[in-house]
This record gives sequence, structure tokens and C-alpha cells, in this order.
Amino acid sequence: MTLSLLFFVLIGAISLAAAVGVVSSRHPVHSALFLLSHFVTLAVLYVTLEAQFLAAIQVIIYAGGIVILILFVIMLIGSEKIEAQAEHRSWTPYVGMALGIVLLGGLVISLMQGFTGIDANASLVQGGDPVVVGYELFTQYILPFELAAVLLLVALLGALLLARHPAKLKTESK
Amino acid sequence: MVPTSYYLILSAIIFMIGAIGVLTRRSALIILMCVEMMLNSVNLTLIALSRQWGNLNGQIFVFMIMAVAAAEVAVGLAILISHNRHTDTTNIDEINLLKW
Repeated sequence: MTLSLLFFVLIGAISLAAAVGVVSSRHPVHSALFLLSHFVTLAVLYVTLEAQFLAAIQVIIYAGGIVILILFVIMLIGSEKIEAQAEHRSWTPYVGMALGIVLLGGLVISLMQGFTGIDANASLVQGGDPVVVGYELFTQYILPFELAAVLLLVALLGALLLARHPAKLKTESK
Repeated sequence: MVPTSYYLILSAIIFMIGAIGVLTRRSALIILMCVEMMLNSVNLTLIALSRQWGNLNGQIFVFMIMAVAAAEVAVGLAILISHNRHTDTTNIDEINLLKW
């Protein structure tokens, strides 16, 4: 076992453990913190895949933005313990797990068939440092880039409008 | 160099865990987190294949997915807050405002 494979197995195991933690925690705050560690380990995996720019973006947007947003919302609307109230449907966990394992089986079988004997060609790898990605983004993909900016603006306005207090909205429209 | 299929299998397992979370948990917040996890496993797939074929298009695609995921989580959480103001719950079984 080479050193890089050992590193991959270690980081992958941490990532999987964090993912299981997200699903199995009783408390939403713990789930959010597990999600944070999951995102950080994924950023490390991106570095091993030579996507340094995306690793940095992953840490900044997901770990720094999205998880903090989720934590804020948990603190705003409280973190009630829901799972105990809904015991009239106790069969859902088993059905969910069975469906998930079927999904995993299908994915692994199709991946195994598609990827026997193909190995990454090291000479083709051009790396994903900010210069290269930025060049592609601002030449070939300038239209999707601008559309993403519009999408983010729309999402910003939508989120503001949705989360606004309704009473305030009424007094202003008078 | 770690084979690409290892990354793909790891991302398939993460996707499965996220799907199980969406199917079994009842807190809308945790379901949202599991959806984020599934999106991230797809990102891992795209980056691994981008290295496999020596092509940057996959990484650009991941960049766009991140923008959409950020928008999605912002709007989703706003809907949750707005709904929570009326009914005081985040239980997915009780969020049935549009059901008749």
C-alpha cells in the first residue's frame, strides 16, 4: 500500500464517519458540526485530486458560509427533538436503509463495470490551480459565470423576501 | 496515484448515506444538510473524473454546482424560517401546508 493510498483511506474513513454522524446525531447542532468536518475532509480529498482552487472554495463557501448559515438557523428556530414524537411510523428507518443499500449496490456495480482497467493518465493532468481555472472560467465559460451571478442575486432577494417578518411587510404596503 | 474508481466508490457511499438521511430523518434542517452532503458527493465524482480525463470542464461544473447549492440552502432556510413562524415546527411530517 503506497503512502498516497494510505492517506486516501484515512481521509476517506474520517469523511465517512462524519457523514454517518450527520445522519445519526439526535441533535441538529451536532449534525451541523459533523457536516463541517465532512466538508473539510472533502476539501483535503480535492487537494489530492489536484483541484486546489476548488478545495479553497470548498472551505470558504461550504465550511465558512453554508454551515454557519445552518447553525444560525438552528439557533433561531430552536432545535427541538423531533424523532421521539413520531413513533407511529417506526418502519421508515428500515425502509430507508434498505432503499439506500439498494442504491449503493446499483452504483457500485455500475462503477465496477465501467472502471476496470482504466487508470488516470498522469501526463494529462493539468492541475486545478486558480490561474488555470480562472482562465477557463473567464474565457470559455463566461456566460454560465454571469448567469450564476444572476442566480445568486435572485436567491438573495428571494431569501430576504421569504424570511422577512410579515407584519413589517403589511405596514409598508399601506 | 490513487485509482479514480476508489474516489467514485467513496462518493457513492457518501451519496447513499445522504439518501438514507433524507429518507429516514424527520427534521427538515437535517434533511437539508443531507441534501448538501449528496451534492458534495457528486462534486467529488466530477473532480475525480476531471483528473481521470485531464479535462477542466468537470471542475468548472463543480464551481457552478457550488453556486447553485449556496442559493438552494439560502432559499431553503428562508422557507423553513418563514414556515416556522406560522406553525412552530420543523417536523417534515407536519409541514403539509400545500397538501389537500
